Amino acid sequence: MIRRFFSVGRWVEERAGLGEAITPVMEHPVPRRTASFWYTFGSATLALFMLQIVTGICLAFVYVPSADKAYESLLYLNYEAPFGWFLRALHFWGSNAMVAVMTLHMIQVFLWGAHKYPREMTWVVGVLLFVCTLGMAFTGQLMRWDQDAYWGLGIGASIASRTPFIGQSVVQLILGGPIIAGRTLSRVFTAHVFLIPGILIALVGLHLWLVVRLGVNEWPMPGRLVDRETYKQRYAEEVHRDGVPFFPDVVRKDMIACGVVILLVMLCAAIFGPFGPHGVPDPTIIDTAPKPDFYFLALFALFALLPPWTETVLLLVGPPIAIVLLLAVPFLAGTGEKSWKRRPVAVLGVVLIVLPVTTLAGLGIFVPWSPVMEAWRGAPTPTQYVRGRTPLELQGALVIQNKQCRNCHALGGEGGKRGPALEGVGTRQTRDQLIRQVLQGGGNMPAYGKNLSPAEVNAVVAFMQTLRPANEPPARTAVPAAR
Amino acid sequence: MCAGHEPSPSPQKPSSRRGFLFKIGLALNVLGAALVGIPVLGFILAPMRRLGGQSWIRLGPVASFPAGETRLATYENPDSMHWDGATAKTACWVRHVPDGRLQIFAVNCTHLGCPVRWFAQSRLFMCPCHGGVYYEDGARASGPPPRGLFEYEAEVRNGEVWVRGGQLPTLAGPV
Repeated sequence: MIRRFFSVGRWVEERAGLGEAITPVMEHPVPRRTASFWYTFGSATLALFMLQIVTGICLAFVYVPSADKAYESLLYLNYEAPFGWFLRALHFWGSNAMVAVMTLHMIQVFLWGAHKYPREMTWVVGVLLFVCTLGMAFTGQLMRWDQDAYWGLGIGASIASRTPFIGQSVVQLILGGPIIAGRTLSRVFTAHVFLIPGILIALVGLHLWLVVRLGVNEWPMPGRLVDRETYKQRYAEEVHRDGVPFFPDVVRKDMIACGVVILLVMLCAAIFGPFGPHGVPDPTIIDTAPKPDFYFLALFALFALLPPWTETVLLLVGPPIAIVLLLAVPFLAGTGEKSWKRRPVAVLGVVLIVLPVTTLAGLGIFVPWSPVMEAWRGAPTPTQYVRGRTPLELQGALVIQNKQCRNCHALGGEGGKRGPALEGVGTRQTRDQLIRQVLQGGGNMPAYGKNLSPAEVNAVVAFMQTLRPANEPPARTAVPAAR
Repeated sequence: MCAGHEPSPSPQKPSSRRGFLFKIGLALNVLGAALVGIPVLGFILAPMRRLGGQSWIRLGPVASFPAGETRLATYENPDSMHWDGATAKTACWVRHVPDGRLQIFAVNCTHLGCPVRWFAQSRLFMCPCHGGVYYEDGARASGPPPRGLFEYEAEVRNGEVWVRGGQLPTLAGPV
């Protein structure tokens, strides 16, 4: 039986010659120290991409890319199709992992100086792969066709509408019509299933070809500078002197990394299950707080925190500049030191990108700038703030609830974070200052002058003056010292 | 490859003929690609050119929008497909000012298009995404929005409220 198998193999090989073509590629020598777990992020990303292709094709067997049926088909996948829920979960967790591992790959490659001569083009193709992957992530989350997807498209259209002169045309090009509807989903589907994957597969092929042609980046040694004149010869000598075949010497750790990543994705999928779909995509249900998946949380947070006058410019110009800068990296610093130990600016650059992005993403989870829409009727007034209060002050506490103040101002830790918490407000502002703030607003607070009667203002301010720690006096107007 | 032609006495002739055929072939293919490109690009870019898709839509009797109140109304989009499902619908806020005037606002926040909610007690619209707030007349109150709410044209005909809508309002196409 085994002999028969091998003879069939020989027969195929004699005609196709695939082994003859692939063997030298697989066994090409690479520097010994590249057999490191640090060098496995790229393979792991590729493994995740293959997982996405396989699970994506499975989902396409059932998914209906039609605005009136997409949501139902996802529910069918979740609850009825055999393994449907697991495949959706794998595709979701696989996409998260792919963005995450690809980012690690990019950071590692940059810190190890692998973008330098002669591997500039490998980096450029990698940046394009990164952009395409983010495109897949965005279109993928839109194909969930739930409330988040619907309003996410609204956000995309709003950003596009800020394009000077042709804003409206760009919006309609994205939406495929005047509104977010069936034609929009068809476009998103085409992009996610045909356009971007086609580009991705072609670029992955080119990326791998370049890796094999130019060789795996040697382990950077502090003090060993990259010089266009000598680099290739020195690399060839090193590989010749101290190289090991990629297969099987190096591939072992790659295989372990790929296996671990895939198993982790499977574990996440099995434990946490598929993500959504959340609310039905009905635009008339407006009680919703749309939020993007994690890879766009940082951007989402930025939209809330940027000064409004910078927004249009930064939204439109920022991403292209970021991409161009990434593409330009190997041309700005294509030679010289490779080791991150002697590249403080490079390390600082990574830190200065990673820290704000993760901080913004963290803020995006807690959305301190969003009003808590149900706080006014759902969050209780802490008992210590009503005990022993006069009827007027109690009336004020009621006004605070009824007029939605709690949506932006927390009390006892519950409520919005858009405005300052009301604890201790009595020590910060005098009665006159409180009245002015309530009536005229300002500093991100709307003016309540028209919407509160004088009696209500009086009550609210009386209540707020009681909000101060025991033994702390209320705020008072500064009086110039007598000479 | 014909090895027998190698010592050809007049190598110019066949090579110029081959060159001519090559050029013809190239031209034919460029022409073909260009001709195929016209419908392909035209098809993909077609939605860009269909501007001004607004039309008058009936929202319902005036009596269902009591004076002094702001209520959510919905309508079916005139330019919709059979397969649009619920997304063919659009919501808007109808404000019946006590003096009898009607104001109809898009639900979309002018910042990034999220749906704003009306709070009758504080007479404010609040956006759940980035905290934009608007007054009852649609004017910007606070937060990141660059302008007040998008306001549709509205009319009362024979006791019915009509709105001129049908297009996602954005900063570039504010209804």
